[in-house]
Amino acid sequence: MLSVHEVTRVVDGKALVDRVSASFERSQLSLIIGPNGAGKSTLIKLLSKQLQADAGSIAYDSTNVRAMTQRELAKIRAVLSQSVELSFPLRVWEVVMMGRYPHFAGKPGAADERACQEVMRFFDVADMADRNYLTLSGGEKQRVHFARVLAQIWFSAAGRCRYLFLDEPLTFLDIYYQFEFMGKLRELLKSGDLVIVGVVHDLNLAARFADKIVLLHQGRVLASGSKAEVLTRENIKTAFRLEPTLFHSDRDAMHLVFDV
Amino acid sequence: MRLLGSQDRSFSPYAGIVPVLAIALLVIAVFSIRLGAVTVQFADMASALIKRFEAPNSLNITERIFMEIRLPRALACILVGASLAIGGVLMQALFRNPIVEPGLVGTSSGAAFGASLYFVLGSVLKFHAGEWTLPIAACLGGAAATALVFLISETASPNRESTTSLLLIGIAINALFLSGVGFLSYIARDPQARSITFWSLGTLSGANWRSVALVAAAIGIGTLIALRHARSLNALMMGEDEALYLGVDVARLKLTIIAVNVVIVAVATSFTGVISFVGLIVPHLLRLMRGSDNRFLLVGALFLGAIVLTAADIVARVALRPAELPIGIVTSAVGAPVFIALLRGREYRF
Repeated sequence: MLSVHEVTRVVDGKALVDRVSASFERSQLSLIIGPNGAGKSTLIKLLSKQLQADAGSIAYDSTNVRAMTQRELAKIRAVLSQSVELSFPLRVWEVVMMGRYPHFAGKPGAADERACQEVMRFFDVADMADRNYLTLSGGEKQRVHFARVLAQIWFSAAGRCRYLFLDEPLTFLDIYYQFEFMGKLRELLKSGDLVIVGVVHDLNLAARFADKIVLLHQGRVLASGSKAEVLTRENIKTAFRLEPTLFHSDRDAMHLVFDV
Repeated sequence: MRLLGSQDRSFSPYAGIVPVLAIALLVIAVFSIRLGAVTVQFADMASALIKRFEAPNSLNITERIFMEIRLPRALACILVGASLAIGGVLMQALFRNPIVEPGLVGTSSGAAFGASLYFVLGSVLKFHAGEWTLPIAACLGGAAATALVFLISETASPNRESTTSLLLIGIAINALFLSGVGFLSYIARDPQARSITFWSLGTLSGANWRSVALVAAAIGIGTLIALRHARSLNALMMGEDEALYLGVDVARLKLTIIAVNVVIVAVATSFTGVISFVGLIVPHLLRLMRGSDNRFLLVGALFLGAIVLTAADIVARVALRPAELPIGIVTSAVGAPVFIALLRGREYRF
């Protein structure tokens, strides 16, 4: 479980993230939404310890992130970002193997090889193993990137949760791969020890897949909870300055339409 | 099974190529040693090496040419070529930019400035350390210019992704120090100006055992440290954020790599002058052979850098025989078209 208590991050006198508290449970897909400048990116960077909080505390299980080194953290925490460009040509399997770097010194062990093979099959990139990453299409690159990041936390860590953060990784994927990726996350969550917290822009994607939603507005939590609790007309209007029409279809799905 | 095939390769990034490079280096070094006004036979080499330990004073003239001129020069070629190539790998990896040279952070222009100061003002400054004066002046110049680049970039850009600003400040400081070199050449008397020009083009004719030993120490220690960080440099190919997510201490990595680069490049340059293009082209040649894994690039650069500079030295000695061309002219003149041809090839994409 990931617990966030009164976390604040100030830049140039302005609180980008202002006393945010939240908790993210294992086996749940938690998504952070909000308008531009609401502090989503900053919050996810604080959670993954890319940035340090100016006040408040963040705990992985019960360990404060301040007490953990980046090396320790890298074994149980992975971050999927928007897109990754390589500066030099590498083969796809070399890129995926980088995800295992925190786990071995020198040569990769059998477990590292196995993790790479499994994760490449899981994300359907095994056929590209020997191709040059720089010659792939944008969508292919992103899937290789998914495989690399998941390779980092592919095996359960003894007695600890694993943490996956999503920093808008779906931005450059078409709708098919967006849905496919969300489906894969659901599959991964079945392991029972995985905490996933992500930032997404697409409200309908959040409405379709999130177990828990945190709505940020001006650096603060405007609402948090289930989609029914958070995705109300009032909340959306306050945060996004547009009034949505909400549709509920069968299978517990919600759809937001902005008909301005 | 395809995956198993690639798995095998991942275990040994060096397999196949490094032994070939090592043999090629041996062949070209021996060829270089034999070549010259006096041909050194294998028998001379063997007898000289044996006498060196048993009776150092009984060497005949051919053996002395081998021990005192050809061998140190060949070793200097190997070590300096390796230094420049390793420096190129490190800087390209650090800046994540394929067009970066080891001198980028001010090292070689600073060294050229230090050397020029020595040529023009050396007699006035009363700074004497015998045959070491020039190397010390060059080394200090290189270190000072690099330190300046760092100080400015630390104070000017407290933002996180500072490699771009480091690169730009490096370009500015290079321009500044080269203008200093230009000024010194302008005020210099003719023989001094000629020394500056010659040094700026690089030469290996002054190689001796002591300089060889010092360059060997620098490149040896530098390579060991660099190899320890090769994986972190791989992770850095994806950017500073991704490297951090993989547990790399990016700030420390940068500092370590630049320090290693400055030491090996400044030391090598201080004895030979500025030799361009080797540090740029060797990493590219290696990437064409076997991708961009820095573990392979660093080991490969040791050998290929040595091969390239030895080959260039042979050309420099042969082209205008009996006169000798500055080696920097050869590396640039041959390196530039080769480089362009490589980039136009279809296999190599950025």
